[in-house]
Amino acid sequence: MIRLNLNGVVREVDAEPETPLLWVIREQAGLTGTKYGCGIAQCGACTVHIDGAAVRSCSMPVSSVTADQKIVTIEGLSADRSHPVQKAWGELDVPQCGFCQPGMIMASAALLAQNPRPSEAEIRSEITNICRCGTYTRVLAGIKLAAERGEAGRG
Amino acid sequence: MTDHRPTPAAALSRRGFVASVAALAGGFSLGFHVPFAGEAMAQDAATITPEVNAWVVIRPDETVVIRIARSEMGQGTLTGLAQLVAEELGCDWSRVVTEYPTPGQNLARGRVWGDFGTGGSRGIRDSHDLVRKGGAAARIMLVEAAAKGWGVAPGECRADRGVIAHAASGRTTTYGAVAVEAAKIAPPKDVVLKDPKDWTIAGKPVKRLDTAEKLDGSQVYGIDLTLPGMLNAAIRDCPVTGGTVKSFDAKAVSGMAGVKRVVQVGDTGVAVIADTFWRAKTALDALPIVWDEGPNATVSSATIAAMLREGLDATEAHVGNKGGDVEAALKGAAKVVEATYGVPFQNHATMEPMNATVRWTPERCEAWAPTQSGEAALAAVAEASGLSAKQCDVHKIHLGGGFGRRGATHDWLRQAVLIAREMPGTPVKLIWTREEDMAHGRYHPITQCRMRAALDGQGNLTGLHMRISGQSILASVAPNRMVDGKDPVVFQGLNPGGAEAAIGYTIPNILVDHAMRNPHILPGFWRGVNMNPNAIYLECFMDELAHAAGQDPLAFRLKLMGNHPKHRAVLQAVADKAGWGEKPAPGVFRGLAQMMGFGSYVAAVAEISVTDEGKVKVHRIVASTDPGHALNPQQIDAQIGGSFVYGLSAALYQECTVKDGRIEQTNFDSYPVMRLDEMPVVETIVMPSGGFWGGVGEPTIAVAAPAVLNAVFAATGKRVRQMPLKNTDLRRA
Ligand code: FES
Ligand code: FES
Repeated sequence: MIRLNLNGVVREVDAEPETPLLWVIREQAGLTGTKYGCGIAQCGACTVHIDGAAVRSCSMPVSSVTADQKIVTIEGLSADRSHPVQKAWGELDVPQCGFCQPGMIMASAALLAQNPRPSEAEIRSEITNICRCGTYTRVLAGIKLAAERGEAGRG
Repeated sequence: MTDHRPTPAAALSRRGFVASVAALAGGFSLGFHVPFAGEAMAQDAATITPEVNAWVVIRPDETVVIRIARSEMGQGTLTGLAQLVAEELGCDWSRVVTEYPTPGQNLARGRVWGDFGTGGSRGIRDSHDLVRKGGAAARIMLVEAAAKGWGVAPGECRADRGVIAHAASGRTTTYGAVAVEAAKIAPPKDVVLKDPKDWTIAGKPVKRLDTAEKLDGSQVYGIDLTLPGMLNAAIRDCPVTGGTVKSFDAKAVSGMAGVKRVVQVGDTGVAVIADTFWRAKTALDALPIVWDEGPNATVSSATIAAMLREGLDATEAHVGNKGGDVEAALKGAAKVVEATYGVPFQNHATMEPMNATVRWTPERCEAWAPTQSGEAALAAVAEASGLSAKQCDVHKIHLGGGFGRRGATHDWLRQAVLIAREMPGTPVKLIWTREEDMAHGRYHPITQCRMRAALDGQGNLTGLHMRISGQSILASVAPNRMVDGKDPVVFQGLNPGGAEAAIGYTIPNILVDHAMRNPHILPGFWRGVNMNPNAIYLECFMDELAHAAGQDPLAFRLKLMGNHPKHRAVLQAVADKAGWGEKPAPGVFRGLAQMMGFGSYVAAVAEISVTDEGKVKVHRIVASTDPGHALNPQQIDAQIGGSFVYGLSAALYQECTVKDGRIEQTNFDSYPVMRLDEMPVVETIVMPSGGFWGGVGEPTIAVAAPAVLNAVFAATGKRVRQMPLKNTDLRRA
């Protein structure tokens, strides 16, 4: 049994130690908001926060995460979609198919937590998630909007 | 009423879903004869409210349920179609929710919802009339019900935002209050639709209906589906198309964690079924499989290129556009210009890999599928299940991207059915890894094009021959749509006329023909389809001709566009907005392109720079589109922005190469996608001229590549004639 702190709840999961954190989150914990897109840390669809930092969970064995590390998934980012990034996303109608968006939102939230007023160049170089629908223009606008309101640094 | 209850679509949020799953368990105990959707909706007030008609259900709480036959895959069709119904219905837009009827229900009701297909940018333009009439008929019935209740003439009543008023008596009621009575009223024979200039919901930049669930992970995609008792499967199909399974050693993995079964899938695949997907995949990776790779195992990109090159000179070819005498024009030319271009195979690479969930019993088969075409999916399920279509159904789920991969071919769904047949009564979810998805795409067809043009002494274009050599999509995907052995789709954007995809130039002597050469790698409809390569061929070559004639590329084109005012208007619009006549900033260079396809007219100007190391940076795109009617301008803007990402990713980076009969690229590391750091500023001009309905999800992709390639020539003097651009060395000499 592996102990994980997932969205503030400590739970035990039955998985082989080398199982990627992504699949433990999706299958054992049943939180399917975190997506599989590539499995090789290329696309960012699987992005979660571990102790506040964005991590591509598809490439992290579950055994490398300890029970005292706080894992936050898209489901745990806020209650009622109230995180400033989620609010900005909703106002700008950022998602198209939406499949990349949990990862996109988690990466953006982590960026703003570390750097509440990023420059456009910093946003462009820090957000490396893939969106096949091509929502990048609105992603950029969404991060700027959330940053302008200055409340996104709350982590 | 059980036949009439659709699956919740946008409403398939986690909360709704838990109820669905609980209901499903009930369905099982009844031997699964009761449709899943019907059971699910039994929890819902909708089931006690009869529909007004096939398109509209109004609940007592005034919620307006609009039924959507087409599929939502990100392109905004769900919202657009709901806008059209709501416009004619005259309901309160803030009360609108949507649901998907199933193709089985459509079949049972004589195809009341028409075609479910969502491809070719046809989601809205093929069904606007049908859905608007559905909304209008429902409005008439609701008003009539209210009038009847009051004992007044319907003509004295007015409906607005879900409220019906009788001005003379001052009485009002609501749609929700009269919906039950309205359902009993005979549908009107004739309905008059609103003039688009009076629209208040359609044509407006309303927000999407499906955004909220996409912000917190609650939107359920096919890959997320969980059913009680469900198992998961991972599959490997023979990496060489045309090969088969020779043998596999199931015993080697049957003791691994979670593994339930190892099964052969048809002649060509092997799947592991386990409790979780990760365990299924882990066992599959460890499974020894021996393939008979078949006759295609020696094919390579080089042999395919040679096959296509031969077609460039072949004497036999299918004619798509012919006027005058090209050979005579070439003989009499002051100058002949010739060039050969080519595009590679490309994978759709939808963000969500292929997947489907199926439960099969000897009596019934149901699939939960992210499909662009519910009816084609149903046909695939029926065929693979060994049951009749009446014994099957497909529950559509939002797609994590489609781009054409999930419509015309349901190979992945067929596999899921075959796997589920090995576990009667147990739902099984099949998920492809990204690697499987890269290896078994239905690729953007490979073609080459040789063009020869005649210029007269004044630099006028007097003749053009375009010989396309290469793959036909229809020959593989829909041979029934071939016309006398010819694939008409090959000529998209190059047709002599018509409302769909006509060339925008008048050229006195023209010949566009196609030497069909079909390699074994399977093609598919890839967002933009043949309009993409054809725009590269035509619009880059037009640029070459302008330079050969010593003329400005815009002026050279405009001279040929006198008879094509709509093509001309979009081109002029981008040129004006981009400031074509003025010099760009130092180090910045421009290129332009225009094309027509999917019933819409599109054009773009690209502004780029090229570093000394040969790296292309796209700074700004000005793009215009005339889709006839603009149903939701802010979503058109989103589609145009996304189209440049899709088109530029392809033009700059993407190719699927073939070695030993198989695709070499395996994942996003070898098949790169443009990311945020490279996203140019995209300025869109939406300029609907009215009177026709064109698509918006695809056409713009076509102009992305040629606009950039023409700018690359302006910057470097180098013509990039073989895609993708990354293979051409643009370093300063
Ligand atoms: S799934 Fe983890 S980065 Fe793509
Ligand atoms: S919204 Fe579809 S992949 Fe990003």
